[in-house]
This record gives sequence, structure tokens and C-alpha cells, in this order.
Amino acid sequence: MAAPRRLDLAGLRRLDPLGTMLVLAGLVAARLPFVIDKANRIVPGDPRPLFEVVPWTAACGCALALLVAGVAALAVRAPGARLAVAVLALAALAFALGAAGDALTPAGNRVVRIAPGAAFWVLAALLGVLAADALARLAPGPAARVLALLLTVLSTGIALASGHFDHVSVMREYAVNADRFTHEAWRHVALAFGSLGAAMVVALPVGLVCHRMPRLRAAVIAALNVVQTVPAIALFGILMAPLGALAAALPAAAHLGVAGIGAAPALLALFLYALLPIVANTVAGLAGVSPAAVEAARGMGMTRGQILAGVEFVLALPVILSGVRIALVQNLGLVTVAALIGAGGFGTFVFQGIGQAAIDLVLLGAIPTVALAFGCAVLLDASIEAMQRGRA
Amino acid sequence: MSRTIGAVLRVAVLAALVAFLAAPARFAPLFAPLAPPGAPAIYDQGDLASLAAAHLAIVCCAALASTVVAVGLALFVTRGAGVQFLPLSRALVNFGQTFPPVAVLAIAVPLVGFGEKPTLIALFAYGLLPIFENTLAGIRACPPALLEAASGMGMNGRQRLLGVELPLAMPLILEGVQLSLAVNVGTATIGSTVAAKGLGEVIIAGLLSNNDAFILQGGLATGLMAVLLHEAVALLRRRIR
Repeated sequence: MAAPRRLDLAGLRRLDPLGTMLVLAGLVAARLPFVIDKANRIVPGDPRPLFEVVPWTAACGCALALLVAGVAALAVRAPGARLAVAVLALAALAFALGAAGDALTPAGNRVVRIAPGAAFWVLAALLGVLAADALARLAPGPAARVLALLLTVLSTGIALASGHFDHVSVMREYAVNADRFTHEAWRHVALAFGSLGAAMVVALPVGLVCHRMPRLRAAVIAALNVVQTVPAIALFGILMAPLGALAAALPAAAHLGVAGIGAAPALLALFLYALLPIVANTVAGLAGVSPAAVEAARGMGMTRGQILAGVEFVLALPVILSGVRIALVQNLGLVTVAALIGAGGFGTFVFQGIGQAAIDLVLLGAIPTVALAFGCAVLLDASIEAMQRGRA
Repeated sequence: MSRTIGAVLRVAVLAALVAFLAAPARFAPLFAPLAPPGAPAIYDQGDLASLAAAHLAIVCCAALASTVVAVGLALFVTRGAGVQFLPLSRALVNFGQTFPPVAVLAIAVPLVGFGEKPTLIALFAYGLLPIFENTLAGIRACPPALLEAASGMGMNGRQRLLGVELPLAMPLILEGVQLSLAVNVGTATIGSTVAAKGLGEVIIAGLLSNNDAFILQGGLATGLMAVLLHEAVALLRRRIR
């Protein structure tokens, strides 16, 4: 009796610890409702399990994909294989969600909402963790990461455009708000990138001056730190008054779109918030340039301007860009708050959703915000790394 | 010299904030020019001191919880069986940092309802990241030679952790706490959009009634609170050094 027992223990120890945790959590999650069937967008709705709502072929396919992912999580070590099964299972899970939406929505009914339930969210998160772990172990290079991002965006776009998800609650909200969605999306991007661009134009020279004059540096960084402590909604609010006054006093300014509410105070506030990371990183990047490189450039007969543009800024660029990344991610998140002062952006949906207790509308705002910030972070990180690799 | 100026400045800021919260009516003339004609210059729909206390409480509770969890997690992934979770935890932290606080808040509401709870969850989740990163950096910065010397002196893993690694990492850990406190004081104001008690209430009341005096009061009080919390942790950092 003793021998097989010892064998069992050895087998258990060979199981992947992360995989074991994920599978145990997944087994619990599978008992939760797969979708919530709501008679309209704000009532609580009835929880429904997977096998009750999806045609049995689709349900079996989804269950099989999850099973394979579970077995791979437990027993397979190769990160590439783990990533592949995780992605496949995620796709199967998403497909089943779309199928559930189709199956539960009576033909022509536009009021019923089929929302993803706890089982869907938890299983998707667990598979996401499995995929993230595999990706972290694979440690793909910058080009591969950008390619993976493009593939994800492309396949998600095709899946959403195919109409398979049209009966899922969040897509229902999208269908109702389609025109506004495009408008708010551009608004969101314009506010975040516009303020970032303006901040870069100002912060790079300021960072250079701070680098050359250490006495000024402490004061500037301290002042920008204070700006960061002012909560976003207060800064938006405080800027409304002077801009409103400016618009009233100068018709030309009002003509340019300066107003107390809307985009102008939001842009100005985001600009102010973006200054600190860029200035601080410009200073740090320039400080990190080795004096030997500058000396060598001088020896080659380069002028001060040439050294600055051709040597110092180039060498400091990765550090400066990581400041830009911090500022951009921060701005993309803060634009959401700017919806409170009528500046638009995805936050409009989030706050409307909170106000109407309509979670699907909240998600319509929140999911693209997170996706946008994450995509930008991946792109900037990849370019920073590519730059550093090119040098090494 | 500059140290005394700093100390005097800190005490002055603290005194100004306490004086304002204790007797806001005395400051009415200062804010009156900003209020629309006929509107109150000082927030009158609640007690500013108790709002500030609620704000501080929610921020500190969240920061305490995130410190315990983040430091624990960072210790777990830097030793023994936890090491294999290190790449994953870094990837998740990186992903988490791209999550805007408003999104965390908005997603927490349907799960736990309106009020303090979603705000606490959002602040807790958002505060984890800087503390985790800094603890990790602090522990990795411990010179291996020192750890070996500690082992050579007969210290076991726990003694090494408590006696060498944690004390050495402490300044960086506290810096992470500082960061997460500063972010949380500002983020907690957004909690008022989901009916959490706090100074955000004052700002939102100002936005709704077009009263700049309210917005400035709420903004100043939270800004000063953030600066003071930063300084308080800085004091602690200097003490342990």
C-alpha cells in the first residue's frame, strides 16, 4: 500500500503550483452563473449556467477547451503550449458567451440584456493569468510583443464586427450609443494626446534648463509635485472659472473654443499633470549621460547644439520616453474623470452608467479605456526596449 | 537652516488645515469673492471636519491594507517556492498600472454596491502597485555579500528577513507607501461620485452648483492633506535612517 501512495505524492509535487491554484479556482468558478438574463438593462436578472443557455455542441466545445487548458496548466511546462491553450480557451469562452446571447434573446427583442456572469468573468481572468504567466516566461522581444498586440486588436475587431456578440449586453449598449461612442472615443484620444503633446513641448526644454541649473531643479520639481497632489476633479473645477472669465473677456479666445466647461479646462489640467513625469525623467535621463560621451563629441569638434541634439538627447531618450509613457497612461485614465466637467471621452459612459445603475454602460466606457491605456503602454514599452537593445 | 524652514512650513500647513477644518466660517471672507452672488462661501451641506476625517480614514485604511498585502506578496515572490510566481506578478502589476482608478471604482460598484466599499476596494487595489514594486526593488537591492554574512553568523531565513532584508528595504517600502497615499488622497475624491463620504462631496457640490468657492475648499483641503501625509511618512523615513 505504501508504494503507490509515495508515487502519488511525487506526482502531486510535479504538478505546476500556479496551474493547481488556477484549476482549483476554475472548478469553483464553473459553478457560478455563466450569464445573467435581464428583462431590461437595470433589473437584477436571473443567473443561468452554461449548459442551460448554450446549444449543447457549443457548450461541449467550450467545456472541452477549458478542460484542455486546465490539464495543460497542471501538467505542461512549455510556456508556448500553455499560451496557446489559454488563448484558445479564451476564444472558446467568448464564443460561448456570444452563443448564449443569441440563444436567450427572443427574435427582434431589443430590451432583454444578456450580461456575462461571474463564471465568465472569473474564468476569463484565470485564463488571462495563465496567458500572462506564459508570456512572462516566454519574454518575447519588442517586435513580437507589438505583433501580438496587433493580432489581438485585429482578431477582437473581427470578432466584434462579425455580429456574433451583438446580443451580449455591452454590445447592446454600444449599438444604442454607436454614434456617440465614436465621437467620445476620438474625444478621449484627442484630449489625452493633445495635452501630452503640449506637455512635451514645454517639459523637454524645462527639463533641459533644470538639468543645467541644479538650483532651479528642486524648485520646479517641488512645484510640479504640488500640482500632482491636487485631486483631478478639483483641478478641473478650479480651472473652469479663469477660462470662463477669459472666454467672456476675449471673444477671440471664445471663438477658439476656450470655455469654462468642456475641453479647455480638461486639456489645461491634463497638461499640468503630464509635466512632472516628463520633466523629472528628462532631468534624470540627461543626468545619466556619461561625461565621457560628451567629452568625445566635443573632441570630434561638435558644437554645443550638435552635442545636445546628437548625443545628450539621443542617449537620454529611453529614460525620457519612459516619462512620456507614465504621463500618457496617467492622462488616458484621468480623461475619464474629465467627463464630470463635460469634456467628453469614455468617462461620459462610465458616469452615466453609474448614475443610471446600468453596469453595461459603465463597462462600455471602462473596457475601451483600459484597452487603450494598455495598448499604448505596450507600444511605448516595446519602443523603449528596442531602443535600448539597439544600443547594447 | 533649510531644515528648520521646512519644519516651520510643515507645522504652518498643518495648523492652517486644522484651523480651516475646525472653524471654516472664519475663512468665509477669503472664499466669498469666488462664490456666485447670494450663494454660501463655505460648504454648508455637511461638517467639513467630519468629511475630512472620513476622507483620511478611508485613505489610511486602504493604504494600511495595501501595505500589508503588497509587502507580503513581494516577500512571497522573492523566496522559496514563491520565486516561480515572480514573472507573473510583475506582469500583473504592469497591467494593473494601466487601469484608471475610475474604472476600478466603476467596476467595484455593481459588485459591492454604492458607498465606502467600492472606494475602499479601488484605493486598496490602486495602492498595491507602487508598494509592491518598491518592496521588490528594495529587497533586490540588498547586497548578496551581506546576506551571506548574515547566514555565516548563523541567522536563519526568518532572522535574515527581519534583521537584514526588511530594515534595508524599509526606506524604499516607505517611499512606495508615500506614493500610494498621495495617489489615494486624490482618487478618494472621485469616490464621492459613488456616495462615499469624503472631501470629494464638497468639490462635486461646487461643480453641480457652479460654486468655485466649494471646489477650491475641497481641492485645497485634499491637496494639503496629501502634502501632510507625504511629509508624515518622510518624517518616519528620516527617523529610521
